[in-house]
Amino acid sequence: MADSGMLSGWEMVVGLEVHTELLTATKLFCGCANEFGAEPNTNVCPVCLGLPGSLPVLNQAAVDLAVRIGVALHASVGPSLFHRKNYFYPDMPKDYQISQYDEPICSNGWLEPPGHPRVGIVRAHLEEDTGKTSHMGGDGRIHGAERSLVDYNRAGVPLVEIVSAPDIWSSGQARAYVSELRAILIAIGASDGRMEEGSLRVDANVSVMRKGATSLGTRCEIKNLNSLRSLGRAIDYEARRQVDLLNSGGVVEQETRHWNESTGRTASMRSKEEAFDYRYFPDPDLVPLDPGEDWVDRVRLNMAPLPADRRAALEAAVGEDASSAIAGQIATVVELGLDGLVTAAISEGVKARLAVARAANEAAAAADAARSLDAGRFVQLLKMEDSAQLSASQTKAVLAELLAGAEGSPEEVAARLGLGSMDSAVLDAALDAVIQAHPEEWERFRGGDNKVIGFLVGQVMRSTQGKADGKAVRAGLASRI
Amino acid sequence: MIGPVPDAISRDDVIHVARLARLSLTDQEVDRFTRHLGDILTHASDVASLDLAGVTPTAHPLPLVNVLRPDVVVPSLDRQEVLAAAPAVEDERFMVPRILGEQA
Amino acid sequence: MNQALEIAKAVRAGERLASEVLEEHLDRIAAADGALHCFLEVSQDQARAQAARIDAAVVAGEDPGPLAGVPVALKDNFCTKGVPTTCASRILRGWVPPYDATVVGRLRAAGAVMVGKTNMDEFAMGSSTEHSAEGPTRNPYDTDRVPGGSSGGSAAAVAARLAPLALGSDTGGSIRQPAALCGVVGVKPTYGLVSRYGLVAFASSLDQIGPFATSVRDAAATLEVIAGADPADSTCLERQAPSLVAVVDQGVQGMRVGLAKELIDGASPEVRKAVEAAADALASAGAVVEEVSVEACRWGLSAYYLIAPAEASSNLARYDGVRYGLRMPAADVEAMNTATRSAGFGDEVKRRIMLGTFALSAGYYDAYYGQAQRVRTLVLEAFAAAYGSFDVLLGATAPATAFQLGAKMADPMQMYLSDVFTIPSNLAGHPAMSVPWGVGADGLPIGVQVLAPALGEEAMFRVAAAIEEASPPLAAPELVPSEVPHGR
Ligand SMILES: [Mg+2]
Ligand SMILES: [Zn+2]
Repeated sequence: MADSGMLSGWEMVVGLEVHTELLTATKLFCGCANEFGAEPNTNVCPVCLGLPGSLPVLNQAAVDLAVRIGVALHASVGPSLFHRKNYFYPDMPKDYQISQYDEPICSNGWLEPPGHPRVGIVRAHLEEDTGKTSHMGGDGRIHGAERSLVDYNRAGVPLVEIVSAPDIWSSGQARAYVSELRAILIAIGASDGRMEEGSLRVDANVSVMRKGATSLGTRCEIKNLNSLRSLGRAIDYEARRQVDLLNSGGVVEQETRHWNESTGRTASMRSKEEAFDYRYFPDPDLVPLDPGEDWVDRVRLNMAPLPADRRAALEAAVGEDASSAIAGQIATVVELGLDGLVTAAISEGVKARLAVARAANEAAAAADAARSLDAGRFVQLLKMEDSAQLSASQTKAVLAELLAGAEGSPEEVAARLGLGSMDSAVLDAALDAVIQAHPEEWERFRGGDNKVIGFLVGQVMRSTQGKADGKAVRAGLASRI
Repeated sequence: MIGPVPDAISRDDVIHVARLARLSLTDQEVDRFTRHLGDILTHASDVASLDLAGVTPTAHPLPLVNVLRPDVVVPSLDRQEVLAAAPAVEDERFMVPRILGEQA
Repeated sequence: MNQALEIAKAVRAGERLASEVLEEHLDRIAAADGALHCFLEVSQDQARAQAARIDAAVVAGEDPGPLAGVPVALKDNFCTKGVPTTCASRILRGWVPPYDATVVGRLRAAGAVMVGKTNMDEFAMGSSTEHSAEGPTRNPYDTDRVPGGSSGGSAAAVAARLAPLALGSDTGGSIRQPAALCGVVGVKPTYGLVSRYGLVAFASSLDQIGPFATSVRDAAATLEVIAGADPADSTCLERQAPSLVAVVDQGVQGMRVGLAKELIDGASPEVRKAVEAAADALASAGAVVEEVSVEACRWGLSAYYLIAPAEASSNLARYDGVRYGLRMPAADVEAMNTATRSAGFGDEVKRRIMLGTFALSAGYYDAYYGQAQRVRTLVLEAFAAAYGSFDVLLGATAPATAFQLGAKMADPMQMYLSDVFTIPSNLAGHPAMSVPWGVGADGLPIGVQVLAPALGEEAMFRVAAAIEEASPPLAAPELVPSEVPHGR
């Protein structure tokens, strides 16, 4: 693959651990709200604060979402057990994390990122999130801070940790894997997929091996990959670092490394030698979990269509137009959940290319609003553009209004904005006025200098405050030569 | 798979375990706890040496499964009450001294 | 006499005021507790308010509940909203929970009046109540002796008639053994019959809450109140509380009682005699009594001292100085955790945390914790075999009567042996209770233990009532405050 070619003679091998916060109303083991951005320490109770005497009770909805994830990833969903992972950390109220250890709820699945080889899923398990620590003093990072402040609102939020097999061989494939996984999680309602808010977090296990070798090299785990871009850059950097180290006779040490976005480097995270012995044992406060076949079948039957199926459906609707040029747009449309709008428009006769483009670009800019937009209004608007009632820029302006919550039909909105195909007399007057005001440019244009047409069109657009249709302006100018 | 019966606990084991458990011990305490833990583990060697390879472990006396609660929000605690119990608070959050052991 | 039920009957009938009953008991506490040190906290303000509510309810013609106006003492490991809960540990000194344990709410709803929090071995780890950060409780029958533990404060409070009822927790015998040593009834119910929500955990798979009372019937009434399903505890059974008061008088005619060899061997001669006398009494009352061997009980103690510390090491990790309780100052968070825990926990707690950490640590898990879990299976199987032939089993509760304060403090292993007869029921999750059977040569009470299979409380209480009926008289301890030594 192109991006591993840089490692001449070596190959990178990557496994990814993706933690996703689940879209439940409450936390994993208590009834506190699972809510991002609340005032610190307001969504806390005896259970998620680890107060003495409190006990966990498992959230049914979290289990249901974990089952959905298992089904969506073609994994087997079976009996599982919650263990305690014991270690001290101030963001962990009980100083142990309730997680699944040797019996995860989902195991042995796979995911096929579009355009890349299939990646095995080793396991996906339920566990609780930790609180949020802010480091005060110094430069706000953990190192050099004077003290830290802990907010336990996030403590106990349900997570599913999805562990891939080391089946990833390039940063491109890694990005495509996470992107596809994210789209799946959004599609099935398991996650909002917001990496910037931390609701999807990725750790990468990176190792390198000589081309053709059969055993894996020593791996490093990279944390703090909170965007696809960081993920790609960090993997490439880390593989390069390991190759350079090995080429110069060094050895890779198994360790956890932190990705620094601003320096573009990874750095070792543990300065002190810490004995890691998590002393896992079955949590005696919880009982075994076994969703059983009925539950899994019910989830399977009610499963929302997955992105791969939806992409296929959209490609079929687009038909012959579904060239590779718009494959990317189709992927975006599906990922953002806007394929319903597009298929509605296409089935009403709107040009496929236009529908895909408006959804993938303008609607995508306000995806949340677009998902809740009435498809009928979207279709109406695109028909107005298709039939040249509105220019492209006018259509975009009306769409922006609709997405911002404007009431009324697209016609009404366009009228309110003073948009719509311009009366030909008004356009003629505007053309004449521009020609008169810029005689030099007009003469050059008449003399065949086509470079000046942009200037003239721009002047007309300006004098009509953008209401003129660019195509009509060009036609009018040409007709006056 | 049952491992061999381990030797009784050493001084170093006690020091290691104390660190895992976030306890600091004086030298005399290390001596005393090594002796006490050794006594208990020696007593427990009757159990450690039993051949129970075919016996399923019991983690819990009850055969319960799938105890679940509905996903319904219940009121959280009053923040002032929660923070009043804390040894140190700053900016409505729990304050702890600096966290070493990681640099990034 | 059924002190608690008599009080409730009189209060419900409007013959006595809950407030009067409370003041009598507060007076007794004031007079005697300086010498005994049963209480860590006397919550008189809340108690008076609750008693007044009960009295007002009676006046209004409402029924305040089956335990109306009955003063009850709670071991200090039950979370009580607004009342300090410390587990007799320095690390929780002064901590006031923002919530009530499920059992506390149930007692209140039944009309009981919580008078205070009782002393215990720190975090319920011990068999003598000497491992309390606040000093020991003394046995009301001989203040130079221990009351047993870890619920020693609750047992001694009931024995000394400072409260007719108390709750304790029993992880390896912590209700039954002090009940035996203090001459009161103490019950460990089936695991999961009573919600653990709000009970500060020691060993979660073994802990169970139960009552102390001066009679089997009072204990039965209390268990009826606190038992039953609780959505806040995943390990609590989906089951209504059993009807126990109704069955205690049904007698033991035709019941099959197994005299369990392993639960008598090693007991002192007078304790053994007491158990045999109780067995004879049951036979006279129409039960079929035979000897039985439950061999796996022999390994119970070893398994217990691997499982309980392992769970405890994890349950007690949260006392780290961050969110509540003690914090010792230090420059970084790990040093703060370490300084806090080292200063906040006593020796016995540290010993068990380290033992449990070791039993779970890499390389030792299978040989210790895993092996102990397998022994647990053997104990369950051995009991299952015995209960194929018997309705209940009979044994000693404690190997001997109350020992001298300080006698076993230097040798943890000797102390642990106090629980050798009580531990198997905890490992199995089965119910068991201690019923007084007279006194030994030294005038100290002896307890007889009745064991039953899971959810076998009805049979257990019937047998316990028959033993109580036949038992030699046991006078309440004489407490003359000026004559008993002060000191903690
Ligand atoms: Mg994890
Ligand atoms: Zn909570």
